[in-house]
Amino acid sequence: MRKNWEILVVDDEEIACESLAAWLREDGYPTDIALSGQEAINKAKEKEYALYFVDLKMPGGPDGIETMMHIRNIYPDASVIIITAHATVDTAITALKEGAQEYLVKPINPEEISLLVDRIIKVKNLQRQNILLRKKLTRQYSFHDIISKNQKMHDIFQLIRDIASLKSTVLIQGESGTGKELVARAIHYSGDRAKKPFVSVSCAALAETLLESELFGHEKGSFTGAGSRKKGKFELADGGTIFLDEIGDISQKLQMDLLRVIQEKKFYRVGGSEEINVDVRVIAATNKDLMKAVKAGEFREELYYRLNVINIQIPPLRERREDIPLLVRHFVDQISHELNKDINDITENAMRVLMDYNWPGNVRELENTIERAIVTCKSDVLSEEDFTFISRAREMDEDWTVPTNESLQNVEQRVIEATLRRFEGNIKETASVLGIDRSTLYEKIKKYDIPRYKKEETIEKE
Amino acid sequence: MKLIYLVPMGDIDPDILESAALCLWHTFGIEVTVSDPMEVQTDTYDSKRKQYGSIEILRALLKSAPKDALRVIAITDKDLFIPVLSFVYGHAQFEGKVGIVSIARLRQEYYGFPADKEILTQRTLKEVVHETGHLFGLTHCSDVACPMTLSTNIRLLDRKGVTLCESCMLLLKENMLEK
Ligand SMILES: [Zn+2]
Ligand SMILES: [Zn+2]
Repeated sequence: MRKNWEILVVDDEEIACESLAAWLREDGYPTDIALSGQEAINKAKEKEYALYFVDLKMPGGPDGIETMMHIRNIYPDASVIIITAHATVDTAITALKEGAQEYLVKPINPEEISLLVDRIIKVKNLQRQNILLRKKLTRQYSFHDIISKNQKMHDIFQLIRDIASLKSTVLIQGESGTGKELVARAIHYSGDRAKKPFVSVSCAALAETLLESELFGHEKGSFTGAGSRKKGKFELADGGTIFLDEIGDISQKLQMDLLRVIQEKKFYRVGGSEEINVDVRVIAATNKDLMKAVKAGEFREELYYRLNVINIQIPPLRERREDIPLLVRHFVDQISHELNKDINDITENAMRVLMDYNWPGNVRELENTIERAIVTCKSDVLSEEDFTFISRAREMDEDWTVPTNESLQNVEQRVIEATLRRFEGNIKETASVLGIDRSTLYEKIKKYDIPRYKKEETIEKE
Repeated sequence: MKLIYLVPMGDIDPDILESAALCLWHTFGIEVTVSDPMEVQTDTYDSKRKQYGSIEILRALLKSAPKDALRVIAITDKDLFIPVLSFVYGHAQFEGKVGIVSIARLRQEYYGFPADKEILTQRTLKEVVHETGHLFGLTHCSDVACPMTLSTNIRLLDRKGVTLCESCMLLLKENMLEK
C-alpha cells in the first residue's frame, strides 16, 4: 500500500531535507524533496503528494505557511505538516487555522512522525477505497449519465441500445424531472448518428410564432423582429437528432407542420419558398398523457401515432427508490466537487429522510435538494439537519386539511404561491406540478398579483 | 573477497562485537571482520543538542572505508541524531556502503534500570541487522517480529526479534542476486 503514496519534504536546509526524506524512504514511502517553497509549489503542480512536510522558515520566497496555502489551493484536501525550529503560539495557530494537519517542533520524536504518517496514510487509503468503490458502483449502474439499478430502467437501457441506430421516431413519456432529455441523448450517442448534432428544443418555452421560426428558421423580414435570415433547429440537426421536449404543449398549427416534416422530411422556412430537405431523427418527450389529449381533441391523432413508433416510459423516482442512495452519492460527489466543498458523505438518518420523501420533482428535485444542502452545510458530512426543508415540505403535505371557509380563488392563490415557493420560482416546474400550462400560470400570477420569486426560471436542465 | 567491516567507535564491549559479527555473517552470508577501533570525529558533535550528527559520521566512515570492504557498519556508544528528528537508534545509506548503530539508548541504564549485558546484546544485534538490511536495500517490514520493522521506542524494539522474516529474507536474496 505504501508505494502508492508519495511524500514531499520541503526545507531550505538541504541536509535536514534529505535526511528526513531518506528516513521516510526507508519506511517505504517514495519521497521527493524541495529546497524552497517555490520548488515545492512547482513539484505539487506536476503531481499530487499524499503528504507534505514543510519547514516554516524559508527565507527569500514563500515561507512554510504561504507554501502550504498555495498547495492547498491546488489540492484542497492536501495533508500538510508544518515543521518549525522555534515554536510560537501565534505561528502554531496560524498554521492550523490555514489548514495544517499538524504543527511539529524540531527535533521531532521519530515515534511521533511515524504514528502521524501512519494515521494520515490510513485515512487516505480508506478514502481512496471508498472513492474507487463508489466509482465502480456508479459505472456498474450507469448508462450514458443515467444512474440506476432498477429493473425497469435497465430494460430501458437495453431498449435504447436496440433502437439507437434505427431511424424511427421515439416518444419518451415521464414526469417532470425524470431525465427524459438524458434518455434522448443516450439514444443519440449510442447510435450511428453519435458524431452528428443533437439539437434540443423545449416547445413550451416559446410563443407559437417564435417556436415556428426556432424549429424551421425564417427568411429576412418574414415577421416583425426577423432582421436576418436564420436557420432553424431542424436544419441544424441535419444528419443527427432533434429532441422536442414538451411536445404536448404545441399549437394545432405546429402539430400540422411537424407532421409534414416527419412524413415528407422537408419543410419551408418561415416566409420562405425554398424547399429544405433534411435527414433528422425525431425524439419527442412529454410529461402529459398524450393519449388523453388525443381523445379530448387537443392533440392530432395522426401526429401521436407518427411520434409514438417507439415508446419509452420512464418511471418516477418514487417507483425506483432503490436508486435514491446511488443518486444521492453521485450528486454529493459531483456537486461538492463542482462547488469546491469537502463534503464526502451523508449520515444514515439523512439518507432515510431522502428515501422516505416522495420526490414529485423526481431526479431533478433530488439534485436540487442535494445542491441546496451542500451549499448550506457547515461540516463535511450531510446530516438530517441539512434537509429540514424537506421534512417541512413533507409535514405540509401530510397536515394539509382542506379549508372549508375560504373562497375558491383564495385557495387557488395560496396553492400557487406555495408551489412557486417550493420550486423557488421555477415557472416550468410549478406549472407542471399544478397541471396547467405556463401561459395560464402567468395569467394567474398577474391576476392575483403574486410576487415573483427572484430565482425565477434559472434551472432549465433535465 | 569482499568483507563486511564491523567498526567499534568508542566504548563497545568486545563480546557484543563478537556476537554482532557472528549474527551478521549468519544473516547475510558474508564474512565479517572486526576492525580496529575508530575515534568519533569531534566535529560531528552538536554541543546544543549534546548528540553526534549521524550524517557527518557516515561521511567520515565512507572516506576511511578499506578497499576490500563490501559494507562498513559501525557501533558507537554516542547518541546520534539527524536534523529533524530528536534521535536515531541507527542510520544507514539506503542501498549504500556505510551504516552506524548507537547503543546509547539501548542500554538499560538509559531508562533507569541496572545494566544488563544480555539485553544490550540482543538490542544491538537487532539494530545491526536492521541497518545492514537497509544497506542491502531492505525497507521497513510490517511484521512486528522482524528486525526490519521500524522501532521508534524501546518497547517496539524489544518486541522484535533478531531473525529476518521470510519475506525480508526472500527480498534480501533477490537484492543480492541482482548485484
Ligand atoms: Zn530503518
Ligand atoms: Zn521482515
